Amino acid sequence: MLLTLPAVGLVVVALLLPLIYLLCTAVRDPELRATLPRTAAMLRAWDGQGLPDEAVFAALVEEAREAAEGQRIGGLAQRLNFERTGMRGLLLRAAESEVAAPYAMGLPALDRNWADPAVWHVLRRASVGVTPLYLLRAVDLDMTAEGDVAVMAERPFLPLLSRTLWIAGMVTLLCLVIGFPVAMSIAAMPPMWARVALGCVLVPFWISIIVRTTAWFVLLQREGPVNSVLMALGLVDHPLQIMFTRFAVYLAMVHVLLPFAVLPMLSVMRRIDRRFARAAASLGAPAWRRFVRVTLPLAWPGVRAGGLIVFMLASGFYITPALMGGGGDQMLGAFIAEYATASLNWGMAAALGLMLMAGVAAVTLAGLGLARLALGRAA
Amino acid sequence: MRFGFAAIVLVLLAAPLLAVLPISVTSGTVLSLHLPGVSLRWYGEFFESSRWMLAACNSFIIGCSTSVLATALGFMAAWGMWRAAPSRLLSGVLNLPLVVPSVITGLAMYFAAAAAGLTGGYTGIVLAHTVLAIPYVVLTLLAALRRFDAGLLRAAASLGADWRVSLRRVVVPSLGPAVAAAMLFAFAISFDELIVALFLAGPGQYTLPRQMLAGISDILTPTICAAAVVVSLVSVLAMGLASALLRKAG
Repeated sequence: MLLTLPAVGLVVVALLLPLIYLLCTAVRDPELRATLPRTAAMLRAWDGQGLPDEAVFAALVEEAREAAEGQRIGGLAQRLNFERTGMRGLLLRAAESEVAAPYAMGLPALDRNWADPAVWHVLRRASVGVTPLYLLRAVDLDMTAEGDVAVMAERPFLPLLSRTLWIAGMVTLLCLVIGFPVAMSIAAMPPMWARVALGCVLVPFWISIIVRTTAWFVLLQREGPVNSVLMALGLVDHPLQIMFTRFAVYLAMVHVLLPFAVLPMLSVMRRIDRRFARAAASLGAPAWRRFVRVTLPLAWPGVRAGGLIVFMLASGFYITPALMGGGGDQMLGAFIAEYATASLNWGMAAALGLMLMAGVAAVTLAGLGLARLALGRAA
Repeated sequence: MRFGFAAIVLVLLAAPLLAVLPISVTSGTVLSLHLPGVSLRWYGEFFESSRWMLAACNSFIIGCSTSVLATALGFMAAWGMWRAAPSRLLSGVLNLPLVVPSVITGLAMYFAAAAAGLTGGYTGIVLAHTVLAIPYVVLTLLAALRRFDAGLLRAAASLGADWRVSLRRVVVPSLGPAVAAAMLFAFAISFDELIVALFLAGPGQYTLPRQMLAGISDILTPTICAAAVVVSLVSVLAMGLASALLRKAG
């Protein structure tokens, strides 16, 4: 057992703990407490009535100046601006200004927003250390200045989540519907042909997803090979716009993920005793009933495994939709990556990641439940 | 014609990759199947491009390191799990990389790498790819160990072999092919991996999949097809060799 420790330890440190940390990042709110510790303590003690008193104004200006000199203020400015547009400039100007005591007079003179209680409420909420803001934003809700929950005017993320789950679900369904007869055929083929057919599934399976997406990207160009074949066959008289459509996204994703559906189904179907289907036929069951009551229940473990793998992979896809699809075909993963690595808003990246995981889990459970119900009814 | 549908799907599965092959040997500059002539100029472009070669170099360094590290850790884990039946928790943790969507894995590992100061270097990506490869290595080696007769070790010991001799004469001949296959699998997983590399790599640190993504976002030339063919060949060679080794061993 001790021998398993290095591998398990690495997975725990590099993936399991970071996943837990990711959950925490979605609600952590460390910037104000780290950058302006004294101000944060005073704001937590403030009763929230009217404006805070001179001591808080003074602490804010002094600590903001220190942070700006040490170049540590950017993260906080970004965090505050994310909650309320304009806070970045407000904070940076206060830090760089020559305002002198009494600050409770000087700051509002510099920018009258400092006399707005709403600004101070944002600061007070940011001083707690934990925030529901990112999770609320992930489900298209917002917090008002008073701290109440409100519906955002723009709703970017929930439609994005449902689109992501929809595309992943459709791709899973297509892979299963196309892959099932293919796997059945390979399982029924004479061994030599089965080996050739398996090779046709395995070789694309071995090739990187990005290489296969690249292949489609090249083939589906407006002047590309697919269009010239269609035109040569006389099926269309002008090149079709295939790239940057939902169809292209489905085509590339199903092509990339089909082997992941076929292989688990095939490994189960190879073990099915074909005398069952023959027995059902000899008892007079028509083809559809043989399929629903004998073949499908026997192949179910493979269908379930293939469906789960494809759905899990498809829901995390974002490079292929970004390359093949248009603006209306982007998936949630693209925004997670964008927030994490480009705009460095880790709270938002984590909250969206959490939402994606919750959505995937919910759809998976619902799908499995529905399938079990349908199979139970058929049997 | 009972296999008609399957045949069509299998041909379509192979078609895009086969269609890239002729485009990669065109002597023209257009990505079309009407070849004005056949030449290897785009392969020349590929092998002379410092960007592609740097990416290939990075991919091989990361792939080989991942291969060695994942197989070493995976072999120990598989041996431990073979000696004592593993708890479900243990195998659950080892299989975790298989059940988390790649973008979530990438994000979590990015947080970990940032906390450990490992972004933008080889170490971070190698460790991340090792985590992704471990489940496959353990699966491969555990299957081989289940066919391995532990009695052979006792027999060797009873005949006076010390552990070095039994390693050389018993373990390596029976498990060697599976270990080689596991190394090739781990290499291929790292070699083909894009998402985690995108999260962890530094600005100038391109691997082949990442360079390929950059290549199609840039002006399209047949070089991208030549690159696709070369990268595919490496993956297919590694995975095909691994499968052949396993079939021979099994």
